[in-house]
Amino acid sequence: MEEAQGVKPKKKAFCSICNQRKPALKRPKTLDQICRECFYAVFEDEIHRVIVDNQLFKPGERVAIGASGGKDSTVLAYVLSELNRRHNYGLDLFLLSVDEGITGYRDDSLETVKRNEIQYGLPLKVVSYKDLYGWTMDEIVKLIGLKNNCTFCGVFRRQALDRGAALLKVDKLATGHNADDIAETVLLNILRGDIARLSRCTSITTGEDGPIPRCKPFKYTYEKEIVMYAYFKRLDYFSTECIYSPNAYRGFAREFIKDLERMRPRAILDIIRSGENFRISTSTKMPEQGTCERCGYISSQKWCKACVLLEGLNRGLPKLGINRSRGLNSDHTKDVKRSNGTKNIESKQCGTLDF
Amino acid sequence: MACSSGGSCQSGCYKDYEEEEEDRHSQKKEAANGVSTCGNDVNNRDLCVKCKSNETIAAANPGAAAVASGGDGGRFCADCFRSNLFGKFRFAITSNAMISSSDNVLVAFSGGTSSRVALQFVHEMQCKAQKNFDASRDRSLPVFGVGVAFVDESAIYPVTPVPSRQFDEAIEDMKLIVSNLSPPRKKFHVAPIANIYSLDSGDGNDRLKELVNAIALQNGYTKLVLGSCTSRIACHVLAAAVKGQGYSLAADIQYVDARWEIPVVLPLRDCLKQELDMLCCLDSLKVVKVLENPRSGINGLVSSFVKLLQEENPSRECTIVRTAGKLTPFHFNRIPDNDDGAHLASQRRQKKFNLKSNESLPPESFCPICNSPLSKSDFLSWNDVENGQLSAETFEAKCCLSCQFQILPKEPSSMEDFYSFLPQLIISRTKDGNHCNQRWLREQIQDCLLSDSEDGT
Repeated sequence: MEEAQGVKPKKKAFCSICNQRKPALKRPKTLDQICRECFYAVFEDEIHRVIVDNQLFKPGERVAIGASGGKDSTVLAYVLSELNRRHNYGLDLFLLSVDEGITGYRDDSLETVKRNEIQYGLPLKVVSYKDLYGWTMDEIVKLIGLKNNCTFCGVFRRQALDRGAALLKVDKLATGHNADDIAETVLLNILRGDIARLSRCTSITTGEDGPIPRCKPFKYTYEKEIVMYAYFKRLDYFSTECIYSPNAYRGFAREFIKDLERMRPRAILDIIRSGENFRISTSTKMPEQGTCERCGYISSQKWCKACVLLEGLNRGLPKLGINRSRGLNSDHTKDVKRSNGTKNIESKQCGTLDF
Repeated sequence: MACSSGGSCQSGCYKDYEEEEEDRHSQKKEAANGVSTCGNDVNNRDLCVKCKSNETIAAANPGAAAVASGGDGGRFCADCFRSNLFGKFRFAITSNAMISSSDNVLVAFSGGTSSRVALQFVHEMQCKAQKNFDASRDRSLPVFGVGVAFVDESAIYPVTPVPSRQFDEAIEDMKLIVSNLSPPRKKFHVAPIANIYSLDSGDGNDRLKELVNAIALQNGYTKLVLGSCTSRIACHVLAAAVKGQGYSLAADIQYVDARWEIPVVLPLRDCLKQELDMLCCLDSLKVVKVLENPRSGINGLVSSFVKLLQEENPSRECTIVRTAGKLTPFHFNRIPDNDDGAHLASQRRQKKFNLKSNESLPPESFCPICNSPLSKSDFLSWNDVENGQLSAETFEAKCCLSCQFQILPKEPSSMEDFYSFLPQLIISRTKDGNHCNQRWLREQIQDCLLSDSEDGT
């Protein structure tokens, strides 16, 4: 039995992999005591295996890396370009960044991404909420407060990434979601009763039938190991939490997972494995896929969520699309008539999208 | 955050709860004099929302209402609350055909509130059946029998030993509880956990189910009732997710679990712990607390997490169990067909999940230790064992990944020792698993076989 009950194991004399060098760290995933070089090797090799075993990329593909300037996306950009070289994936890599307009947070992290562009030699594209939607997150939070702001940001970001990816004409989008993120999402979906999302959230590739397929090469990589890698390699990243995030419900799940990891490191992977193995009937009512009437983005309702939220913001109805109400999608025809032509922001369609 | 239970959850979501707290405080003056208000309806809020005639529990019995931090105490009167709870119990029993008139039911009693309520409700149901039997002319429908079993787990919790005098008193208390639930008379069985080795019965992660099942089998019972409530199941859902048991989770949380020799039924599955606590308080149902063991490790972490979530939103436990309830159950999660009285309601429910056994799929394989169904990722080197000898190594390969990590020792030499200590039935269960698969395969190709024996001679 492997529980780490707080008792410190004996310090080993040699790295348990190469048996030559002195161990420099305890691997968070397995608690093995290994040296730095072996850590780099095993870290990079595991990711390479995930990419190959799950057939994430094809030679010649143009791949955009969602880059926020944080540790996950920085390490992803670094490791992907390294593995691309070493194993000849034949990929054309780009950095894609989203500017949500959060002063004191995003503007600083964008500087990091601009540095990454130079350091890793990957072309960078930045898309901003202000250009796409006419609103920054600062303005949104001023209007709606701190309770549902993550919903707005998440919905807008998803679309923003797709738009940016279309502009870059890439075939795929890689994001830095790590094992901790996915485990949190599995737990959250159990807690919130979202069985449909529960069946999809452990997929390593999503949106194959949508505008841009996305993949998560870090699906089995621990957050702690990513931090360790960035630390030892002295990678340049921005390490502050979003200033608007403290109230997110995800915080509950995150705290729990941190405690769990201390007690049993493999639990994070076990949650993911549980999520993959849940017996969920494929006939469970899945949303039907159509397109948004307002902007043409993929949507299961008449209007995509971003348009619904935007409409709410522009009309000063911050709860539109958040609470269960009669809402926009059922009776929006009379509303549209009323609001047409009043604000230039509203009439600003989201641009022609070649999805 | 809107309550996502869609109004079907019994305990109010936190919004309602906050409103009721204010109501309760503002109505304190009226409640203090204890007079039921029927004349001027200024104090409308003290009345039960269901029958609208009696005082709510919060008004009439604040001590009991405090036990349940949800909104029920402020909404229902004692009678409506009790009949609501019993209604949930009875509905679970009838719609899943849990108990039929020819059954001999064993109730697992731990001394805690959940199993105490289970015992009480089963007893009340039995009394009613007895009354009907006495009143009926032809005496056609016999009354089901009831027994009570308690498992003494003190041997596995040496860290916090209960002083033996206290323990004996607790057992006596339990005997008294059971004898007071007569007529009809109920037998009381006490079994120490070590009995697992003397019986030809298996062991498991859920040793309790295993041992009580053994008691049931030995003493001629036909059904086993556990008092597992929504709260406990919510903890189990998260604990199973965290231990990598996502595949088998659906098997453990249904109303019926017929994997075992004696089918296990969970009639209190839709009741919250708070409701059961409140009922014990209201009706002064005696519980025996000294035997409660604190949960440690992963299970302890999970239950404190669920407690935290429940405080933040009182409908969280319901939501967790409802989500897990949407997972596809297994074919053994229903009362087997050969039982008499396949009720229409239970048939409807089975159709919903397509629980009819699918002839074209191979039967489930089970982990020999915890008896959970094995997923594809649990199969390591199955085929090697078909004809070969059973050994510690091959045994290990047959166990689910979770047991391999939690229960089996890592060192091969320790594994050998461990294997030598296993009760006989676990080993034979492993053998049975092989034969089961072979038999099923043979049935598929039977019509093309020219010889009756395995090797074709």
